[in-house]
Amino acid sequence: MSTKLIIGVDGESSDNRAIEFASKLSTQIGNCELIVVYVIEWSPFSFQTNEENAERHKRREEETELATNRIIAPVLKKLEAANIKASGIVTHGNVADALNRVAKEQNADQIIVRRTSDASIKTRIFGSSVANLVMESTIPVTVI
Amino acid sequence: MKLNQKLMLIISSLFLMISNASAEQATSLDARVNEVFANFTGPFVNFIFAPLYGTNFPWIVLWLVVAASIFTVYFGFVQFRFFGHAIALVKGDYSNPDDAGEVSHFQALATALSGTVGLGNIAGVGVAVAIGGPGATFWMITAGLLGMAAKFTECTLGVKYRNEYDNGTVSGGPMYYISKGFKERGLFGGKFLAVLFSIFCILGAFGGGNMFQANQAHAAISGITGDYPGWITGIIFAVIVFVVIVGGVKSIARVTEKIVPIMGVLYVGAALVILMVNYDKIGWAFNEIFTGAFTGLGVAGGFVGALIQGFKRAAFSNEAGVGSAAIAHSAVKTKEPITEGFVSLLEPLIDTVVICTMTALVITISGQLISDPATGLYVLDGARIATVDNNTGVALTSAAFGAGISWFPYLLGVAVIMFAFSTMISWSYYGLKAWTYLFGESKNAELSFKILFCIFIVIGAAASLGPVIDFSDAAIFAMAVVNIFAIYFLMPIVKKELVSYVTRLKNGEIKKYKN
Repeated sequence: MSTKLIIGVDGESSDNRAIEFASKLSTQIGNCELIVVYVIEWSPFSFQTNEENAERHKRREEETELATNRIIAPVLKKLEAANIKASGIVTHGNVADALNRVAKEQNADQIIVRRTSDASIKTRIFGSSVANLVMESTIPVTVI
Repeated sequence: MKLNQKLMLIISSLFLMISNASAEQATSLDARVNEVFANFTGPFVNFIFAPLYGTNFPWIVLWLVVAASIFTVYFGFVQFRFFGHAIALVKGDYSNPDDAGEVSHFQALATALSGTVGLGNIAGVGVAVAIGGPGATFWMITAGLLGMAAKFTECTLGVKYRNEYDNGTVSGGPMYYISKGFKERGLFGGKFLAVLFSIFCILGAFGGGNMFQANQAHAAISGITGDYPGWITGIIFAVIVFVVIVGGVKSIARVTEKIVPIMGVLYVGAALVILMVNYDKIGWAFNEIFTGAFTGLGVAGGFVGALIQGFKRAAFSNEAGVGSAAIAHSAVKTKEPITEGFVSLLEPLIDTVVICTMTALVITISGQLISDPATGLYVLDGARIATVDNNTGVALTSAAFGAGISWFPYLLGVAVIMFAFSTMISWSYYGLKAWTYLFGESKNAELSFKILFCIFIVIGAAASLGPVIDFSDAAIFAMAVVNIFAIYFLMPIVKKELVSYVTRLKNGEIKKYKN
């Protein structure tokens, strides 16, 4: 059975750090598969108008398609060029929860994310997505 | 001319009009609008509120009470048996994680609530208590509890028979479940009833969902700033609503959607603070409510007067049986329509049993209702109880809160404006769905409705409370006439869904995703 590594990306150029590390690790491991995951921030407890609700399914499809084409596809292309087996997943939710959920569903061995330097008030109060992921994850997390 | 320039021109001419119009001219314009309005809507209002033969009990109130009671018994007191399950659904315990990003149960409930929580809870309760006395509150709570079953039934049907279009959008509501459900059961007249419902829904959108809101928002603003002609408020509101629903400026609607829940929490919080400070009077207030419910405590119309007012205001506030919520709830993502029914039954509970009761308790405790110290009965002023400064509606609620927290009327003024605005936006959507059901989903059809909607805001703000409140009630209750009639034929479908769901819930087929 191959080793599965999850890479959490957010479309920033610094994603490369995590991607490069995961690529190196996968070459060292040998029989390894990378799963690139992008999480669209979404809370089921937000407030919306009737019109937004009526169009929500359509918007969700559009958001997923956009993220797949703009964020996931270029990363997969790069990994493919380096002969690394990889697939992509776009999902909605809280970043930490969603990465953890995908990792469980995929039976992954490790989650690799890059460090963020977000210093907003929200982060100070509730902690960053990375910090939350480290606390909640049931499998090893590597923060680059 | 660019859009910005046009907008500027409109706004500047508006200010010019306001500054030039003398108070006398303005008042006469208000009076004219009022007279025409009262004459035009009078017969419709009289029919809806016609008393039962030989009594002074409006048939429509009996219609609602009987329906809500039948639904309660038919579904085996669903509102009490599945209350805990409804909470679990809202928390997302049964939501499939693969559906993340779709409309959640919480979101559908919150959106529907933003259309119902509002002036009905503030001004409506003020009217009910002023006319029916504190006893009206008891009947309001009863109506709220029974109404939960009505809401459950209509929202389940709303999700089951909604239209899901290829482009990923959804449309639902009584007009869809009446026509599709009747066809499925092989019954005639579904299409006719759906059309009739749509007509009443459009009138309801113009009445309770629009003019009543504009009218009370004007009352709230002029209560703070001093009296000025209603049409000025009307035009300002109409311009803002126009910008949102026609101009597509979603940011205003989005800000409102976020502020309204905060206002709701602040409102209930303030009521709790006042009740805590006056904790020694709570027992007395409940006594007034229970005694008044059956004796009327000398109120005009006695106990029947209290009952009518209680039921009327509750129905107007939580809209159970009216069908409007079914339109809002049908956007949810679920494979089980009945789950949205469970979630929706929380709506009358929050709206009527909690928020309306808070308002009524604060009014009762505040001493705004004048009673005769010798007899303990309320002093009558015409058909209603005499109040300090002769207040009724939103002014009575405002004065009652002001007696407890002196600066609260200002915050309440802002809350009323925000509630009015969010209810208008919600009802513009309900009305629009009924309109497009009748005239087809075209851009022109949508635009014509939206423009008409804005015109009615001005009329609503200019008309005096009497004719507007009567028409608002009449239009909303007319929706309930058609909706409830149709639900009687469709309720076996809901029963089937309920039995099937409960069986699968018990045998573990319905999975819980969160513990």
